[in-house]
Amino acid sequence: MTAPRVYQTEAIIIKRIKLGEADRILTLYTPELGKIKAVAKGTRRPKSKLGGHVELLTHSLLMLARGRNLDIITQAQTIDNFLPLKDDLERIYRGLYISELVDSFTAEHIENRRLFDLLLNSLHQLSQAQNGELVLRYFELRLLDYIGYRPQLQRCANCSSPLQPATNFFSSSQGGILCHECAYQEPIARPLSLNALKVLRLWQDCDYATASRVKTNRELSSELEQVMREYIKYLLERQLKSTAWLDKLKQESHQPM
Amino acid sequence: MNTNFMPVAEPIAKLIEEFNKLPGIGPKSAQRLTYYLLQVPAEKAEALAEAITAVKEKLSLCSICFNITDSDPCVICRDEERDHTKICVVEEPIDILPLERTKKYKGLYHVLHGVIAPSDGIGPEELKFKELLSRLNDGLVTEVILATNPNLEGEATAMYLQRLIAPLGIRITRLARGLPYGGDLEYADDVTLSRALEGRQEM
Ligand SMILES: [Zn+2]
Ligand SMILES: [Zn+2]
Repeated sequence: MTAPRVYQTEAIIIKRIKLGEADRILTLYTPELGKIKAVAKGTRRPKSKLGGHVELLTHSLLMLARGRNLDIITQAQTIDNFLPLKDDLERIYRGLYISELVDSFTAEHIENRRLFDLLLNSLHQLSQAQNGELVLRYFELRLLDYIGYRPQLQRCANCSSPLQPATNFFSSSQGGILCHECAYQEPIARPLSLNALKVLRLWQDCDYATASRVKTNRELSSELEQVMREYIKYLLERQLKSTAWLDKLKQESHQPM
Repeated sequence: MNTNFMPVAEPIAKLIEEFNKLPGIGPKSAQRLTYYLLQVPAEKAEALAEAITAVKEKLSLCSICFNITDSDPCVICRDEERDHTKICVVEEPIDILPLERTKKYKGLYHVLHGVIAPSDGIGPEELKFKELLSRLNDGLVTEVILATNPNLEGEATAMYLQRLIAPLGIRITRLARGLPYGGDLEYADDVTLSRALEGRQEM
């Protein structure tokens, strides 16, 4: 069976780069095709019919035509543009951060429906939620789960022995919690408070509504951020570029996180 | 393009490779341009080489507004007739041209040389933000017009600039965002339409 010449898909625009005079190459995350790249012609001209329908962080219905290298977007209609997200500086950059995460952890043409739903839902959450940091942590944890890096939080990731209800250790290289015994053999494992472990365990298997009921203070929220950041850095073998900017924004604004 | 294994003289391979690096020039066009230059008279090829050297040697950035210029300060910053109380902030030097063509704006400019793009590692330090703020500190400027592009990165950069400039008590305006002239309402997306509604005016 030959693939049809034109096809339709929902997509979330997660990245764009300029191409030539007025075109763009878009990176799209779709429910059935996973990550794909496509060309949006003329979108940098004011009169482009695609225009705002293919703007970053927009959920759109697209019509594409197969091209020799990249497919070409022929029509676009916005499903949701997350307007409340786009009117707020912190929300915009949180949205771009989760887009960078998806882009960094996925290869093209691998379907991952749960990841698409998570991304879509998270953009909705970021548009409304009071606690944007919590949405980011929940997103990171679930993303890692859906792409095969679900951290082991129930037993020691090394010897499988049950964990003591106390401060344990998180090891990025073992992908989970280590008991005291095993942590001695791995000096780079970082201490993880019992509270942080409880929150991560809960988030690993609950929905947003439940997750957002967790009350975090500044200390706990910063601990969760650090442990997830280290694990992500270990898996990608690099720091995500957006994190430096998110840190700077957080430092400058005086809102409690 | 890898020209290492091509059975051509080294200088030819080198020129093809250089052309291939230019925007919009693929391997085929790079070869065509190279072989074209091989058969033109020497003066013609030298004129091209000189023109390329000249743009690099004689053009630099204005030390005030960071527009591309052959004199420092640039003609716009030097012009006493222009309104030195207004600064229009744009992303790239090329954005000044369409604004000048309107002949409606007589103030000065400030070129940021990009927008904040966290996933490319571009923040305010990589752009001319500090330089803009120091221009605003002399008390002469009364209005800053934010003319970054009306897309997500342009809007976010404008919002961030607004946050930085607001404490200085200077009037901050943003180019009206609305429907493109000659465009159809039918094709407008909701963001454009809702911004156009917000910015509606008495007739
Ligand atoms: Zn153990
Ligand atoms: Zn100048």
